[in-house]
Amino acid sequence: MREDVADPTSGRAVESSPFLLELDGIGVWLSGREILRDVRFGIGPGEVVGLIGANGAGKTTIFRLVLGLLSPTSGRVLIEGQPRPRRNRSVGYVPQKISLDPEMPLRSRDLVALGLDGHRLGVPLPSRHRRELVDEMLQAVGATHFADARVGSLSGGEQQRVMIAHALISRPKLLLLDEPLANLDLRSEQEVVELVARVAKDQGLAVLISAHDLNPLLPVVDRVVYVANGHVASGTTGEVVTSEVLTKLYGHHVDVIRLHGRILVAASPGLSAERGELEDSIDGTTADGTTADGTTADGTTADRTTAV
Amino acid sequence: MFTGFMVNTWIVATVVAIVAGVVGFFVVLRGSSFAAHAVPNAAFAGAAGANLIGASSVGGLLVFAIAGALGISFLSRRGSRDVATALAMVVMLALGALFLSFSNEYASETYSLLFGEVLGVSSSELLPTAVLAVVAVVAVVLFWRLLLLTSIDPELADARGVRTSRVELAFLVIMAVITSMSVPVVGALLIFSLMIGPPAAARSFAADPFVAVLLAVCLSLVTVWTAIAVSYLTTLPIGFFVGALGAAFYLAGRAHAGWSRKRVGASGAGASRVVAPLDDQGAVR
Ligand SMILES: Nc1ncnc2c1ncn2[C@@H]1O[C@H](COP(=O)(O)OP(=O)(O)OP(=O)(O)O)[C@@H](O)[C@H]1O
Ligand SMILES: [Mg+2]
Repeated sequence: MREDVADPTSGRAVESSPFLLELDGIGVWLSGREILRDVRFGIGPGEVVGLIGANGAGKTTIFRLVLGLLSPTSGRVLIEGQPRPRRNRSVGYVPQKISLDPEMPLRSRDLVALGLDGHRLGVPLPSRHRRELVDEMLQAVGATHFADARVGSLSGGEQQRVMIAHALISRPKLLLLDEPLANLDLRSEQEVVELVARVAKDQGLAVLISAHDLNPLLPVVDRVVYVANGHVASGTTGEVVTSEVLTKLYGHHVDVIRLHGRILVAASPGLSAERGELEDSIDGTTADGTTADGTTADGTTADRTTAV
Repeated sequence: MFTGFMVNTWIVATVVAIVAGVVGFFVVLRGSSFAAHAVPNAAFAGAAGANLIGASSVGGLLVFAIAGALGISFLSRRGSRDVATALAMVVMLALGALFLSFSNEYASETYSLLFGEVLGVSSSELLPTAVLAVVAVVAVVLFWRLLLLTSIDPELADARGVRTSRVELAFLVIMAVITSMSVPVVGALLIFSLMIGPPAAARSFAADPFVAVLLAVCLSLVTVWTAIAVSYLTTLPIGFFVGALGAAFYLAGRAHAGWSRKRVGASGAGASRVVAPLDDQGAVR
């Protein structure tokens, strides 16, 4: 298994090192529904991996498994080869949506400081060391000029930076980012992607970053994990984002078009005609529903104007 | 105004104001206003019950307030927090009504439990009040970071191994403690306004959580002291002044927030237009 996920182009010693995170034959049932089935993939130290899937594909569920907020029905989650401990210092997390009251009396620097020791009892004593650590982290994510602003009043992209600083200040080995690009404009999107690439490189940090569209992530990811129909396909983009692999994963024919460094994934015309209805279907349990959604998510990005 | 029973009132009111400012800050931060309304109602039932059997009223307050807090916490693990809070409150109010109907001092008793009484503090209540106040403040200091972290996002706290539901329970119990010591002075209905008004105003004025708590305490003290003095001089009910001042501070806070947002918005929009002429969303913030 290790061989088929190793990336020969990344130049990182994925083959020789044990996985930092490994999902081993994970199955998840929630409310009598099978959400994930026999999911297996690993992430090596320092690797940036994109977790790509449509709405409801199971991306957040995978994060919850890694964090121990959810126990798998079958299979194991291993962190550094060990079963995941309940309280894990080595994993940092930025949840998908955080809605903060704009008037909440909490500055960016307070939120980042809570990343350091927010789980502890007692009041933090103001210390020079603590302040320097926080300032350093704010600077690392480019948040210095809104360090003293209320977090709730920041824009989506600014909040995302502060949240990343909050997750990074405890020096985790693995960072989980759940849809950090959702609701960002193109410029903020690029800034966040660049930030992730930079901190991953500087700190030798492994990152699992989810999105419904692979394109904005192309410059940073070493490998991708596609989720659909409860299954995953993982490997380099060259290995996974092909008509054969995705057709098998989605369960119907999918075309992959590479154009000016961008990847367009499109369903066959017959299916894309019915996807409008399927997308709105509430239950979404059918294999077709998920499949069509997955394809839509990628397909709709075709009219983006940036080249990556 | 500063003699006899009034001295006790001043002392207890001061202690209540300090603790209400500290705990109220987190009530507002965590969006627990409804629970802050429900727990004193539970305490009210406890006091009525204690009076009926001739037990210590602080004891009755404490037992029922904590029972209410536990009830809210237990029920909200299984469903909506609002519904759980409402249910707990309704049960407690019903009990309170029942206890009062057995009592023969119905009207005056109810009135002082609900709206407080300037001369309602006897010397024997000073020590229990002080002890409960210390317990509440120490607990908030102990849970400071956990209370902040869990009010940002429960998932974020859970992911770090914090048991969010236990922090919530601890907070409800702290609220029950401060309620129990406050009801005899400001009443079950008005401790609520003391826990919401000054802290809600404070958070509009200060962005730093430490500063906001200190400010909440100051505003709370001003509210209580003013209310007692004016109530003494005019013989109008103390509760009216507590409620009115709390609301006034809150409105001042809103006005300040609105004003400073307009100011920041104006300069911020200008700045981002200069930096990013192509970004049409820059001005939105
Ligand atoms: N507690 C739960 N009980 C039942 N079903 C659940 C539960 N949590 C999630 N699900 C289902 O699991 C599936 C995967 O959900 P998940 O949140 O992981 O998707 P996602 O890929 O993160 O989607 P999105 O892009 O919308 O965030 C969905 O169909 C969802 O309805
Ligand atoms: Mg999700």
